[in-house]
Amino acid sequence: MQALGGGRLHLQHGPIDVVLRAWGARDAVAGAYEAAVVRFRTVLRELVEELPELRKAMDDGPRVEGAVAKRMVAACLPHGGVFVTPMAAVAGAVADEVLAAMTGAATLDKAFVNDGGDVAVHLAAGEKMAVGLAADFSEGPVPAIDGRALLRSGDGIGGVATSGRQGRSFSFGIADSVTVLARDAAGADAAATLVANAVDLPGHLAVRRAPARALDPDSDLGDRPVTVAIGPLARDEVAAALAGGRCRAEAMRASGLIRGAALTLRGETVVIGDGRCLSPRRAERGLTR
Amino acid sequence: MSAGPLSPEARSDKFGAAEEGGIVRCDACPVLCRIRPGRAGACSRYANEDGRLVRTDPVVLLHKAVDEGGKLVAFETGEWDGAPLDPARTFVTGIGSGTTYPDYKPAPFIVSAEHEGVDTVTVVTEGIFSYCGVKVKIDTDRHLGPERAAVRVGGEEVGHVTTAEYGSQMLSVGGVRHLTGGSKKEGNTTCDALLRLCSGEAVAMSIDGGHEVVVQAGRAPVVDGKPESRMRVGCGSATVGIFAKQWLGQADEVVVVDDHITGVLTEHQAGRVLGMRPAGVRVRGRRSTPGRYFQVANPGVGWGGTDIEDPLSVIERIDPAVAWPGLRLLMTSTTGEHALWCVLDEALRPVPAGMPEAVRKVVERIGENCEPSLCTVLFMAGAGGSLRAGVTENPVLLTRSVAAGETRVTMGGAPVYLWPGGGITVMADVLRLPKNAFGSVPTPAIVAPIEFTMPRGLYARLGGHMEDVVAIGDILRDVAPGARVGAWNADNPWPMGRPRPPAG
Repeated sequence: MQALGGGRLHLQHGPIDVVLRAWGARDAVAGAYEAAVVRFRTVLRELVEELPELRKAMDDGPRVEGAVAKRMVAACLPHGGVFVTPMAAVAGAVADEVLAAMTGAATLDKAFVNDGGDVAVHLAAGEKMAVGLAADFSEGPVPAIDGRALLRSGDGIGGVATSGRQGRSFSFGIADSVTVLARDAAGADAAATLVANAVDLPGHLAVRRAPARALDPDSDLGDRPVTVAIGPLARDEVAAALAGGRCRAEAMRASGLIRGAALTLRGETVVIGDGRCLSPRRAERGLTR
Repeated sequence: MSAGPLSPEARSDKFGAAEEGGIVRCDACPVLCRIRPGRAGACSRYANEDGRLVRTDPVVLLHKAVDEGGKLVAFETGEWDGAPLDPARTFVTGIGSGTTYPDYKPAPFIVSAEHEGVDTVTVVTEGIFSYCGVKVKIDTDRHLGPERAAVRVGGEEVGHVTTAEYGSQMLSVGGVRHLTGGSKKEGNTTCDALLRLCSGEAVAMSIDGGHEVVVQAGRAPVVDGKPESRMRVGCGSATVGIFAKQWLGQADEVVVVDDHITGVLTEHQAGRVLGMRPAGVRVRGRRSTPGRYFQVANPGVGWGGTDIEDPLSVIERIDPAVAWPGLRLLMTSTTGEHALWCVLDEALRPVPAGMPEAVRKVVERIGENCEPSLCTVLFMAGAGGSLRAGVTENPVLLTRSVAAGETRVTMGGAPVYLWPGGGITVMADVLRLPKNAFGSVPTPAIVAPIEFTMPRGLYARLGGHMEDVVAIGDILRDVAPGARVGAWNADNPWPMGRPRPPAG
């Protein structure tokens, strides 16, 4: 645990890295931070205890008890018909859980909990928050901020999550990044994972894949092939891959699972949903986070 | 690349374990990632490089080495200003040092330093304690629950009420039978309660057949929602006994109102020995022995832990054959927070009057003699097991050396009480450890820092891991820049003898 600049708090345990901030009365902020620290303390332990269940495919009916684990399962449940494990929502679920602890402990004007790019957001009436989207990997592994989401209270968005090949997790697809706005961070996280999987060029020779377990012997993805490297792609191939993802994202939006999404591959971005919220801003390219 | 004990290779060896196929299992956190060659773990901080666990970023390595190597505590008051740390005044604690597994691996840091001309070695580690708990002393005479009653947190049994001490109720919380001997939920609840108590946080507990109490180390207990303030100086009878002589000649009768035992001075042995004239003031309740009355009223938040607001209501009658007009009567509580001075009129009715200065001084002295009511939490654990193998290859020699007082044990720099007899069973006041000193693992068990300090020659004789000893100067140079540096708690004795006074 350490304090960062700008009144932010950094919590880290094993693979979980959380940066959070709350706004409000001084006592309220202090109470919220204390609640976050207390809640965070046991999160990894709870997840590790149920890891075998959380690595099961949703079709195999994972049974979990923990609060974070339940958020993960709930976020994946609506996505019937495709392979997904609760792990697809782990980062977002942790963010939601810590945010819930903060807002449960104190009345805050606004707050965010950013768990490695999956952000849970709380906005009291009349508040708004701009979330920078670091999604452009075309110039190297450190992404440029190339867009932002402007969230307002009452717009029904409590989670912003980014998934893709450049993250820590494996992807079946080839998207550089997919950012999703949804009711909560766990829902956004699961959706972003699945949309990123759908940005794909099945059978394309430039896309090299390997069984997940060949890379990580304990992967929840088993021996399913995950993307390892991508060679040169033609412009129409990029467009075709993005179209696959857009189709999946539009279906999720139509069924109310997400509010908006931005899909990026090789510098090309497709935005769906609430254009007011998501605005790619080329002018800010080159700014690193 | 350097192959010294602080080198990445050497440090990595401490935190990883090789498996088949070049896989390395990382023990740095509970996820226990198994990492294939050329890949990183879930955190991206640790990676498998040619079958060896390494930190992925040398800058982070330095930072993490500090996380692993613990808090460097400068022997100064006030925060560290970034100035170079004096090796002679710096103690490396086990807080956040991590632990090595399996146990035979040397402890995360084995630090050598010279103190008063003696080469000293401190073995720094974090112990994973399955056998551990806290003893809680709650300064209140309020009945919290019967002895042996279960103490619960969130409905789970986490401990029990144990033998009451003078002015204090005692709880024993945790222990191996609650941590791992019951259900998973019981174990996790117990572990969480222990961690919060050790971290100085408030924990609400309920006692079977008793009351709700909120316990927080260093704070007043809150019983059934009401915070305690003063510890009473003693029961009403004891208060009479303590102050009888000081009241002699100043008052003709003193009634000390107390929910446990109300004392009546002239009837009490203390007044009789002083030859005081009986005053004929009879109080309500059941007489235990002369001048000592049980149950003068109901328990409550009024005078002396009773429900009394008007102290004269405890007076059942005033005997006209014994009392006299002008009799001076003091009524007070066991904390001196309440007091009333009366003089009997011609009809022998007590009439409130201005309290003489001499009497007020004695009442104030009752208050002065009351200590603030506090909860105190002692962490108790056994370090006599496999943890010792990280210190020495011949663990029993460490046990004997600790028992003989040659090896000093500290927890996060805080002194410990070593229970005599076998093993290394220690107790430490959790408030004397730095903040955030305790942690937990899924077992469930509590993780706590522990340091063993001894002369270097002794460490060699104990079968210590001499090849892993690192000079404090090297640690400060390599690790200090990103370390958590805190002020030494001036109440704690310096583990390595008297430090040199600060230069300049």
